[in-house]
Amino acid sequence: MTEPRTPVARLIGGTASLGGRPVLRGVDLTVRPGEVVALLGANGSGKSTLVRTLVGLVPLTGGTIELFGTPFARFRDWSRIGYVPQRTTAAAGVPASVREVVASGLLDGRRLFGPGREGRAAVDAALDAVGMRDRARDGIAHLSGGQQQRVLIARALARRPDLLIMDEPMAGVDLRSQEVLAGTLRGQQEQGRAVLLVLHELGPLEPLIDRAVVLREGCVCHDGPPPRAVGQHALPGHDHVHPHDDHTARHAGMGLLS
Amino acid sequence: MTILDFPFMQRALLAALLVGMTAPAVGVYLVQRRQAFMGDGIGHVALTGVGLGFLLSTSPVLTAVLTASVGAVLIELIRERSRVSGDVALSVLFYGGIAGGVMLINLAPEGSNANLQSYLFGSLTSVSPEDIRVITILAVAVLAVTLGLRRALFTVCQDEDFARVTGLPVRALNLLLAVTAAVTVTVAMRVVGLLLVSALMVVPVAVAQQLSRTFSMTAALAIVVGVLVSVSGTALTYYVDAPPGATIVLLAIGLFVLVGVLATPLNRRRARRAEAAAGEVDPPRIDDVRVDAEVPGAGTMAGQAPSVVVRPAPIEEAPR
Repeated sequence: MTEPRTPVARLIGGTASLGGRPVLRGVDLTVRPGEVVALLGANGSGKSTLVRTLVGLVPLTGGTIELFGTPFARFRDWSRIGYVPQRTTAAAGVPASVREVVASGLLDGRRLFGPGREGRAAVDAALDAVGMRDRARDGIAHLSGGQQQRVLIARALARRPDLLIMDEPMAGVDLRSQEVLAGTLRGQQEQGRAVLLVLHELGPLEPLIDRAVVLREGCVCHDGPPPRAVGQHALPGHDHVHPHDDHTARHAGMGLLS
Repeated sequence: MTILDFPFMQRALLAALLVGMTAPAVGVYLVQRRQAFMGDGIGHVALTGVGLGFLLSTSPVLTAVLTASVGAVLIELIRERSRVSGDVALSVLFYGGIAGGVMLINLAPEGSNANLQSYLFGSLTSVSPEDIRVITILAVAVLAVTLGLRRALFTVCQDEDFARVTGLPVRALNLLLAVTAAVTVTVAMRVVGLLLVSALMVVPVAVAQQLSRTFSMTAALAIVVGVLVSVSGTALTYYVDAPPGATIVLLAIGLFVLVGVLATPLNRRRARRAEAAAGEVDPPRIDDVRVDAEVPGAGTMAGQAPSVVVRPAPIEEAPR
């Protein structure tokens, strides 16, 4: 990770507004290959809007975005990005099975007709990764909130993304789903693939985070090692210190989750 | 003398068959993205097209296809732009469609209330050989889109934000679906009438989703139900003096209620099993009530399905 490589995502001086209200006010953000970056901040600080601008769901009013070194307007290689939107449910108005939802992650601008044999293997692998292979034929509406979240993660993982973007994947999920999430982060790290995730607080994922970017009122107020737990984050069990520049220490810290 | 010996009955049954297939094939996507009302809206707008056809003395089917397509694209653009306040704009468009149609038919030299009636409620036995040709071509086109692009349309209707980030041409697919729905409405107009078109798009889907856990099975079952009710409803009107459109829709609703009653024990057992499986890993959460309430089709007609049981998840009881 020491050699200079093209960032997988880069936002320079990004500004954006929602309904006329400025939400991002000049944000710089860089995600490098193989890096796990957590985006933190209070409600309304703009962290969700920031990831939504990166994937083109919210237009920038100023600044530039580059994805894999390509200016946003010319970027077409969406198969390299996996996106997990913030959802309370994965269900829509008609029943759908876990496998159907995960398989929908295989499509992109060049593949409108769905998976072949290779795609099926990718779906199986993604289902395994989130521990939902045995539920593949079940309807998603009957799954718990945490399980639905795992299905959404699998849908993004089926793309084998070089950049995985997750919006609040920890919101209201159970312990098992937290472990799955941690495993996902570890898997991406091992394959040299990047993750950008929006979190309300670091919590048990802290040992897996390479860098934390903290937003406050639409501006970056911290960009570096995960901040020390303070205030409500300093709950029992979270008072450990991780020297994040030290790789061995970081890996040792994973025992917490397994 | 059997029912199939009459050419007009042959045409009526063929039209019913095509409509029974196409309407649910499109409807399943509309229900999936909780827009069951869309068929209704397009039907209202299509009436202006019918009126235009009378006024210009051309084929009302042709002008209805064009007007309904323009209307559907407008509806789609309104929906895309304003997710919050769009419903008022849509209502205005729908009322405008009906009022415009009634006004234009009244202005037309050969227009009359009888004409209006046949488009509002269907007029199956007056389907001409020329109509059948048009209906067949349009139906083939609708099935080609809805079945050929099923994975892309599924992805877009399941989660539009996600679909945008996959690089799928979401807007093109949405507009294509809107135009396909408009074409379907005009195809079905002769059979069930503009006011009941939406029923044939939605009710078979509502029947099917009570019996199925997957999207593909729901779509397939909905088409079977659609064909079943439209063909049997049409055949029934040969023996009984009843309006075909209303007969078909009432048959579909009857089936919906029947399946609802019969499927309730099945669904309850299935839900309990799923909850038990979920309970193994999940602590009981307040959310579980909400997720349960969004069982297939909340916000659609099926939201009132007798089989949809809304209750908190009883985590402890794990039958086996």
